[in-house]
Amino acid sequence: MSLLEVKGLKVDFVGRNGINHAVDGVDFDVESGKITAIIGESGSGKSVACYSLLGLIPRPPGKIVAGTAFFEGEDLLQMSEQGLRKIRGADIAMIFQDPMTCLNPYMKIGEQLMEPLIFHQNVSRREAKNRALELLEEVGIRDPHTTIDNYPYEFSGGMRQRVMIAMALINEPKVLIADEPTTALDVTIQAQILQLIADLQKKRNIGVVFISHDLAVVADIADKIIVMQNGKVVESGNRADIFERAQHPYTQKLLAAIPGGSKKSNANNADTLIRVTNLCTWFDQGKHHEPLKAVNHVSFSIKRGEILGLVGESGSGKSTIGRSLLRLLPITSGSVEFAGTDVTALGGRALKTMRRRMQMIFQDPYASLNPRMSVYDTLAEPLLLHKISHRKNVEQAVLKLMDDVGLARHFVRKYPHEFSGGQRQRIAIGRALATQPEFVVADEPVSALDVTIQAQILDLMLDLGREYGLTMLFISHDLAVVRHIADRILVLYKGEVVEQGNGQALFENPQETYTKQLLSSIPGARHLQTNP
Amino acid sequence: MNTPAITDIANAERGTSLWRDAWIRLQKNKLALLGLAVLIFFITIALLTPWIAPYSYETQDLNLGASPPSAQHWLGTDIFGRDLMTLIMYGGRVSLAVGFVATAVALVIGVSWGAIAGYSGGRVDALMMRLVDILYALPFMIFIVLLMVVFGRNLLLLFLAIGAVEWLTMARIMRGQVQSLRQQEFVEAAVSLGLSPAAIITRHLIPNALGPVIVYTTLTIPSVMLLEAFLSFLGLGIQPPQTSWGLLISYGAETMEEFPWLLIFPGAALTLTLFALNFLGDGLRDALDVRSSKD
Repeated sequence: MSLLEVKGLKVDFVGRNGINHAVDGVDFDVESGKITAIIGESGSGKSVACYSLLGLIPRPPGKIVAGTAFFEGEDLLQMSEQGLRKIRGADIAMIFQDPMTCLNPYMKIGEQLMEPLIFHQNVSRREAKNRALELLEEVGIRDPHTTIDNYPYEFSGGMRQRVMIAMALINEPKVLIADEPTTALDVTIQAQILQLIADLQKKRNIGVVFISHDLAVVADIADKIIVMQNGKVVESGNRADIFERAQHPYTQKLLAAIPGGSKKSNANNADTLIRVTNLCTWFDQGKHHEPLKAVNHVSFSIKRGEILGLVGESGSGKSTIGRSLLRLLPITSGSVEFAGTDVTALGGRALKTMRRRMQMIFQDPYASLNPRMSVYDTLAEPLLLHKISHRKNVEQAVLKLMDDVGLARHFVRKYPHEFSGGQRQRIAIGRALATQPEFVVADEPVSALDVTIQAQILDLMLDLGREYGLTMLFISHDLAVVRHIADRILVLYKGEVVEQGNGQALFENPQETYTKQLLSSIPGARHLQTNP
Repeated sequence: MNTPAITDIANAERGTSLWRDAWIRLQKNKLALLGLAVLIFFITIALLTPWIAPYSYETQDLNLGASPPSAQHWLGTDIFGRDLMTLIMYGGRVSLAVGFVATAVALVIGVSWGAIAGYSGGRVDALMMRLVDILYALPFMIFIVLLMVVFGRNLLLLFLAIGAVEWLTMARIMRGQVQSLRQQEFVEAAVSLGLSPAAIITRHLIPNALGPVIVYTTLTIPSVMLLEAFLSFLGLGIQPPQTSWGLLISYGAETMEEFPWLLIFPGAALTLTLFALNFLGDGLRDALDVRSSKD
C-alpha cells in the first residue's frame, strides 16, 4: 500500500520567455519502509516535482496544472496553505542539500530542533528537550548533552547534515524527502550519511524520497529508481532494472557518466617539470595558538605531460598545496621548483612571467568568474596582459579559445550568469588556457557539476591536456574521478602525504588504512564493478 | 536563453565594456531616463542663467515687497521685491555645483581610498582606516571654519572642504565591499593570471562594488546641498545677495505662514532634483548589475 501516490503531476513556470513545463506528467509513489530515488540532472524537474507537493514552489511563476498526490486519503495538491502547513515538517519532512545554509547561524541547534516540536505538537519545553537529545543521539551526534547548546558553526558539514536529519525526524514524519543531501559533502562523510538515512528508514519504517543527480549515490540504498529528464519520467524500476537492464538511452548515458576505470598510466621518460620539496604552509592563529599546519613537509614531483591526482577530504590541505604552488598563498618553508627555477623566490616581472606559465582552474565556476565581465572580456584579459595577442587580432584568439573549450561563438558577449555550471567551467578553463600555460592546477573542477556534465568536462580536460601538452595537478575529494583522469595519485591526510602510486596499484592494493577507507566510501562501488 | 544574432560577434570587435552595456540597459529604463532628462534640464538652465534670467538677482522692488505669483513675476517675489524665479535659477547654479562637485570629490577620494585599503588589508588597511576614524572624530565645523579663516571665503574651497568630509563614509562602504569581494575566487584567478594590484582593483573590484556606492552617492548629493545651506546660514558659505536653494529654503521656512510660495518653489526645485537623482541612481545601479538584465 502506497503512502504517497503522485499521478500525472504537471507544473509549469510562466516566465517572460513563455511557459516552461518544468514537470510534465510525472507519476511515482512512496511506500513506507522503502527508498524511492528520483534521478536527473539540474533542470530535469526532480526537485520541483517534490517541492510542489508541499506548496514550496514560488507561485507565481510556478503553477500546478494537473495531477493528484494522495497522502493518507487526501489530495495534497487541493489542500489549503493552512492544511499543508500542518503536514509540512510533521507528516512529510525535508532534508536539503546544503547543511551550511539551512541552519539559522544565530540559533543554538537545540533550540532549532525543539522549535518544530513546540509548534506542531504543543509539548512542553522540557519534554521537547528530551526528545531533541534522544534524536541527536540517534543520528550519531557524540555527547548530545553538551552539543545541544552549540551553534551551527561549531559543527562540520557532515555533523550539520546529521542535525538537519534529526530536525526532519523530530515530528516522526511518515515521509522524508531528501534533496541531494550528500552532494555538498566529502566522499567519506557521504558514505556515513547514506548509511544513516538507510538505517533510520528501516528502523522507523518511513518512506524516503531521495533526490540526486548521481546514480552512483543511490546505488546502494534505493529500492526503486525513477529517472527524470526534461520534466518527464524516462525510466523507472527497481535497482537491478536500472543498473543491469537500463532501456532508455538517457539512463544508459547517466550510467556511462559515472567515472570508472583507471587511466592507463603511460610511463614516460619526460623530464621533471615540478619538484616540490618539504613544502610547509602554516597559518598563523594568533600568538597563543599553535599555527595551523595545513600543509606539512610535503614533497612530490610531476613529470612534463603527467596528470597527478591529489586526493583528500576537506581540510586535508589539498587546495592549500595547489595555491602554494601557484604563489597564491605565502608558504612557510620548503621549495617549489618549476623547470629548475625556484618559484618561491620570484618577484616582480619574473613572477608575472612565471604566472603566465602556470594557471589554475577553480572549483566553483559561479565564484571564479567576474560577474561583470563578458566572456569576451574574461578571455581577452590574459591574452592582452601577456601580449599573446595584439589588440587587433585578439578577437580571433578569443573565438579560437571558445572553439577549443566547446563554447558556441555567439555566446561571446554573454555574462557568466547567463550560463549553466558546465558552460561556466568551460569559460574558466578557456581563461586558464589563454596564457598558454605549461602547468595547470585544477582544484576540484568538476565537483560542483552534475554527473553528466562532469564527464564532459573531464573528457574536455583530457583532450585539451593532450592538445596543449599540459602538465596537471588535479585536486579532488572524489577518488573515482581522480582515477579516471590521473596518471598517478597522491593521497593526502591532515596535511601530509600518506600514500602515492599509480591509479591501478592504489585501487587494487591500498596500503594505508586511510586509503582503504576512502576506497570503500566510493558510492555504488559494488554495483558498478561490471561497468567499465 | 535566446539565441543572439551573429552580429554580436561584430559588436565584440568594438570592445565590450561594462559601461557601454550599462548605457544600453539604462536606455530601457524609462524612469531613469526621465530622471536624467530632468537633471540635464536643470543643469542647462543653471549654465544659461546669466543670459536667460528674467531679472537680475540684485534688482529689488521694495515697494512691491513679497508678492504672490503674478504675470510679471511668475513665481512671486521675496520680501525685498526680488523676482523669485531669478533667485531660484541663480541659486540652482550654486546648489547644483556644490552637489555635484563636492560629491565627485568625495566619490573619487572615497572609492580609491576604500578600495586600496580593502584590497591591501593588514597594516596598510589599519593605518588608512585609522586615519579615516580620526577625521571622523574631528568636528567638521571647526575644520571648515579653519579653512575659511586661513584661506578666505572661496566657493571652490567650500566645495573641496565639503567633499573632503563626505568621502569618509564612502571610503568605509567601499572598503567593506572590497573586503568581501577579494575573498572570491575570481580575484584569485586574476592574481594567478599575473594582473597587477592596480588592474585588479580597477577592473575586477570596483565594478563589482558600485551598487551600494551609487546608492550612497545619490544620497550624498542632497545632503551636501543642505550642508551648504547650513554653512551659508552661519555665514561661512555664500552671502546675500548671492543665494542658493538651501538659503532660499531656510529663509522661506521663516516666513512660510505669511508667504508660503517663498518656501514652496525653492523646495519644489530641490525635491524635483532629488527625485530625478534617485530614479537615475536606481536605474544606474540596475544597469550596472548585469544579472538584472533580462534579454
